[in-house]
Amino acid sequence: MDFRLTEEQEMMKRMAREFADNEIAPYAQEWDKNNIFPEETVKKMHELGLMTIGVPAEYGGPGLDHVAQNIVTEEIARGDAGIATTMAASTLLAADPVLIAGTHEQKKWFYGMQNEGAIAAFCLTEPEAGSDVANLSTRCIKDGDYYILNGTKQFISNGGVAQLYVVFATLDKKLGHKGICAFMVDRNTPGVSVGPKEDKLGIRSSNTTQVIFEDVRVPAKNLLGKEGEGFKIAMKTLDLSRASVAAMAVGVAQAAMEASIKYAKERKQFGKPIASFQAIQFMLADMAQYIHAARLLYLEASSRQDMGLPFTQIASLAKCFAGDVAMKVATDAVQIFGGYGYTKEYPVEKYFRDAKIMQIFEGTAQVQRLVIARDLLRD
Amino acid sequence: MKVLVCVKQTFDTEAKIELKDGKISDAGINLIINPYDEVAVEGAIQLKEKGIASEVVVVSAGSDKAMDAIRTALAMGADRGILIKQDTGADEYARAVAIAEVIRSEDPNLVLAGHVAADDGSSQVPTRIAEILGWPHINVITSLEIADGKVRCSSEADGGSQVTEVKLPAVISCQVSWNEPRYPSMKGIMQAKKKPVATVDAVAVENKTRIIEYFLPQAKQAGVKVEGEPEECAAKLADFIKNTAKIEVKA
Repeated sequence: MDFRLTEEQEMMKRMAREFADNEIAPYAQEWDKNNIFPEETVKKMHELGLMTIGVPAEYGGPGLDHVAQNIVTEEIARGDAGIATTMAASTLLAADPVLIAGTHEQKKWFYGMQNEGAIAAFCLTEPEAGSDVANLSTRCIKDGDYYILNGTKQFISNGGVAQLYVVFATLDKKLGHKGICAFMVDRNTPGVSVGPKEDKLGIRSSNTTQVIFEDVRVPAKNLLGKEGEGFKIAMKTLDLSRASVAAMAVGVAQAAMEASIKYAKERKQFGKPIASFQAIQFMLADMAQYIHAARLLYLEASSRQDMGLPFTQIASLAKCFAGDVAMKVATDAVQIFGGYGYTKEYPVEKYFRDAKIMQIFEGTAQVQRLVIARDLLRD
Repeated sequence: MKVLVCVKQTFDTEAKIELKDGKISDAGINLIINPYDEVAVEGAIQLKEKGIASEVVVVSAGSDKAMDAIRTALAMGADRGILIKQDTGADEYARAVAIAEVIRSEDPNLVLAGHVAADDGSSQVPTRIAEILGWPHINVITSLEIADGKVRCSSEADGGSQVTEVKLPAVISCQVSWNEPRYPSMKGIMQAKKKPVATVDAVAVENKTRIIEYFLPQAKQAGVKVEGEPEECAAKLADFIKNTAKIEVKA
């Protein structure tokens, strides 16, 4: 067992860290405060290949392994979880169904658009179908060489800024998960529209909207896999993306810990820096333990993905644990900052708000625990 | 046109310097490409992008660790690298001799380097290389243009700037304000490992200098706080200037 990163992984980590330190973190509070989607920064990220970390080399991408993808995701999230969400939702989450089930032609089209700068969005969740994915109501009806899509997707990351959507719809609700199909949909197709931007608690620099499909005619060649394979594709996609969300959560926790260490050394009470008090030291020591453990979990899940080994269980452990760690560490960070931590003058209240989503999106902490427990109790 | 860039692997500029057994300890220190050399690499890549340079070769002298600096330059867009294996104790003279030797065999049209390294700050190697090769040299440049076999540069001069033109081949060392180095792209990083890096042994020459001692700057002393009413403070301060600091006050 070798825990060292490869030379390339080290370089990518360093590059992403420097980019986050110089181009993201200094602006993150302003983006958050004013609900700004930082278009220019996303463009810079595209130029550097950060917005295409999921594109394989044979399709013109950098061809990163999962370990590298997720290390980069952690570093970007350390700068701002919102922009990390934009990146990961486009090049990982939305692209994974294509990676999993796309034909050569489909990959060429989808990745080609991404290489040109197109942002993608994964459209699964609906107003009435969150954790209960199989209950989705968006319909798809075959009509010659087309499928006609009708329905509304909810809380879609990149919803309003994407040029590409991967949409899950059902042939017939009565078929349950066996009726679900996955499609690649061009934003310019008539009938596609987006709702207003959600006013979120955290990750406010990311663009989250409803995406509405009204009699949208999607070419049949845009069907990913076969009819009825959509559920399987969605589950495999969420399996893959769990380690990325875990990495993002670790990034938030890491940022919160670093801010705490800095503040604890500067802030004086009773004539001494608060870092000299055990009460603070113990909180910092706990942060370091949790963060390190969460990082190892997402790295193990990513590494197993790269080696072609089963990873569902470890990815759930990673996602669930890292989400809880982000929340715990960010909460303690606010505590260390005390009254100042409760104000927008310091960054930790933002980490606190950003952390919460890590326990919710892409499979809630409760769904993860269900997956983990089911596996434990299997006879 | 072939451009050769000299790079050095240095301590991260935010690294905390510690001495161990009288020497600077590199334990736990993050190593980076010298920020001044990074600007030189960027300048060379821009010359290639403009179609002026056809090849960018990056050269570093030092231990195996210097390979990181070369790989970073390759990830930014340089074409190939040469690692000159040399004892880390080599002085500026020995470094310059070793690099000049490689330059002779590579025969580039232009040699670029940062004008100083962020660690020892000796600012000698590019000038020494030019001297050894007998090539013209412009130091601390902030802009560069190439035309008709000549290179014209603006450089910092005491309180102002000057424009100098020399014939190629030449050795040019740059100031950080010349350009803004790019981040290596994801693709650049992936390609860096596939680019060729040759390893050569340094020409064996004796150092011309010997470092006798390293010591850290003295810790900053706490200041003296003057407290009280303004009148009182002024009096105390005046007394301090006169009697403690013993600064002569001329009427």
